[in-house]
Amino acid sequence: MDFALPPHVEEYRRELQDIIATHVTDEVIDRQHRSGTFSSPELNQALAARGFLERAIPGLGRGDPIELWVLFNELEKAAAPYDALATTIMIAGVVAHVGTEWQKEQILPGIIAGESIACLGYSEPDYGSDVASIVTRAVRDGDQWVINGAKMWTTMAHEADWVILLTRTDPDLPKHRGLTMFLLPMDTPGISFEPVPTMGTERTNATFYDDVRAGDERVLGEVNGGWRVMTVALAFERGVMGGTNVAVPLLRHFRHWAESTGLAAEPVARERMARVAIDNVVATLLTQRSAWMAASGQLPGLEGSMTKVFASENYQKAVRWFQQLAGPAGLLQFHEPGAAAEGWIDYDARHSPVTTIYGGTSEINRNNIAERHLGLPRTRKAQP
Amino acid sequence: MELGLSEDQEALQEVFRAFFTKEAPPSVARGSEPLGFDRALWERLCTTGAAGMGVPEAAGGGGATLSDLVVVAEELGRAIAPVPFVEHAVAARLHPAADVVDGSSIATISLRPAGADGTWSLVPAGAVADVVIGVDGADLVAVRSTPPGAAPRNHAAAPLAHRSARAGEREVIGSAGDFDRALSEWEVATAASLIGIAAAALDIGVAYVMTRHQFGVPVGSFQAVQHALADLPGNIDGGRLLIYKSAWAGEQPAPGICDPDNNDITDFATLASMAFVFAADTAAHATDRSLHFHGGYGFSEEYDIQLFYRRARGWALVLDDPGRECLRLADRLFGPAAR
Repeated sequence: MDFALPPHVEEYRRELQDIIATHVTDEVIDRQHRSGTFSSPELNQALAARGFLERAIPGLGRGDPIELWVLFNELEKAAAPYDALATTIMIAGVVAHVGTEWQKEQILPGIIAGESIACLGYSEPDYGSDVASIVTRAVRDGDQWVINGAKMWTTMAHEADWVILLTRTDPDLPKHRGLTMFLLPMDTPGISFEPVPTMGTERTNATFYDDVRAGDERVLGEVNGGWRVMTVALAFERGVMGGTNVAVPLLRHFRHWAESTGLAAEPVARERMARVAIDNVVATLLTQRSAWMAASGQLPGLEGSMTKVFASENYQKAVRWFQQLAGPAGLLQFHEPGAAAEGWIDYDARHSPVTTIYGGTSEINRNNIAERHLGLPRTRKAQP
Repeated sequence: MELGLSEDQEALQEVFRAFFTKEAPPSVARGSEPLGFDRALWERLCTTGAAGMGVPEAAGGGGATLSDLVVVAEELGRAIAPVPFVEHAVAARLHPAADVVDGSSIATISLRPAGADGTWSLVPAGAVADVVIGVDGADLVAVRSTPPGAAPRNHAAAPLAHRSARAGEREVIGSAGDFDRALSEWEVATAASLIGIAAAALDIGVAYVMTRHQFGVPVGSFQAVQHALADLPGNIDGGRLLIYKSAWAGEQPAPGICDPDNNDITDFATLASMAFVFAADTAAHATDRSLHFHGGYGFSEEYDIQLFYRRARGWALVLDDPGRECLRLADRLFGPAAR
């Protein structure tokens, strides 16, 4: 066993910490929280300027795969606005894996330069966990496809250059087999969006596709092979790409505030802070395991599920503990005098409900673990 | 970065899994109650060299690392084997007398300093140990005395006993501070045995819910059952990784760091304490769920899961309330509470 990072990765980590310290300013954080947009072009471009985005894209072979994990681990610890970057890097990885040379040339340079963002068009108003049942249609018309439908929770659509869009191309095939993934420029005629505000800080979007025309060159992967493209994407998303270490800044923010008020001397507070610190170490180790497996060419799907359930459920527990310990000060928001941890506690409390929902709900992930890791019988009735 | 066992450690794991599977099926733990010690099993274990495996070769031992001890301890935990391997292995590293290295004398450690009257309270393996090592005042002492051979009836059927730090052949072997390292090693190795208990409990639970049918289907096909069991692999795997990291930290020549603000923790004593608390909670939770999903049979003596349930609690609680351990951990992580 060896838990030390190789020297070149430690070097990468130090440089990254410098970039973050320089570019993730109070102003950047403030803008993120005021706008609900978790993306910073300045940060993305600073990372790009040092070649870090290129190194992070899975499957491009230009960096150590462990660096992908280090990148998001450091961004998360700093509570930096990295969410759009995570989605974009993941989509770049999918394109690197299954895209045509033309598609790679179209999309990768802008992402590598930190200038373009991509968003996900999977879920629909009527289909979330049951994403294989989506109804956005792509119909053949001459040598083009015509796409009609609507997507929900299309976060960053309002600033994205690209959308990766799951459509149904053959309704007569069993549901998983008639899906096709498209990679479309967001400025394609017929694509529009509306904001969807949430109880958390982040705003998301509904996107609409009205007679959107796309040529075959926009098909990502095979026609009717969209499910396979999704599984590649999911393997990157769960457990390596971030979202598993958000309790680290939570603990830091809470503890520093608690020390300033004397709360940190109370045994109940101290016990809970210590327990959260333990869960933080374990969540990182589980994430590190997925990264280590991915670096050796494996697809850590179940390990990603375990990590995501562990980290998100424990983050919610930590938020509950700290908001309660903070008392009424835990209700006050950013810029309000007396707010617990300057408003971070309220922020985390409003953010935490979505973490056991997005990226695969806890229940879907538990189904996966129960069926594929423990070998228990499938509980849902099979749908054709 | 290497998060798996080395080839040698994989071989070690195979050897001891085979040993405990053959020599210590659950009937052995059951048969050892109430004392919780099987001398024939201990003697067979000693023939493998396990008793002195963690002692340096220069002192006649096997030269095994703390990571190696962790591998063996997890296998012992899976079998809830009624032998004091963990206490003995840690004690042997502190005091490698020849009869301790070969296991012909059983050694243990007291987890708490002696009281004012010189008593070490509820020493793990104290009922059967020939040598007890622990803190008495400012000293670290090793005391050879006749073990009582009986334990107070207890939740885990563990061979606990009060022992005297004064009566018997008493040797000062160091100062009180010299014990800290041993306590951390005990925490890591015990954590490994607790993860072994958790892993076995999960396997037992899954096997049971696959075979037990109600309403015409296996109980394991109900989602409530599946979801509760599905939380356990992440806890077990995460706990195991934390234990491995602790052992690795304990083997590094330079001291580690303790920076919870950035989740950068490589200090051995801190990681050992974290591993212990987490493994204790994981074992308690896993055995609780596994027993529960056995229904009434889980509560009966006849089924094995209750053996695991009681040991998950006993093997951890012998140290202290995990919550109080968290307060000591908080002092390490955050500095002492400001007045």
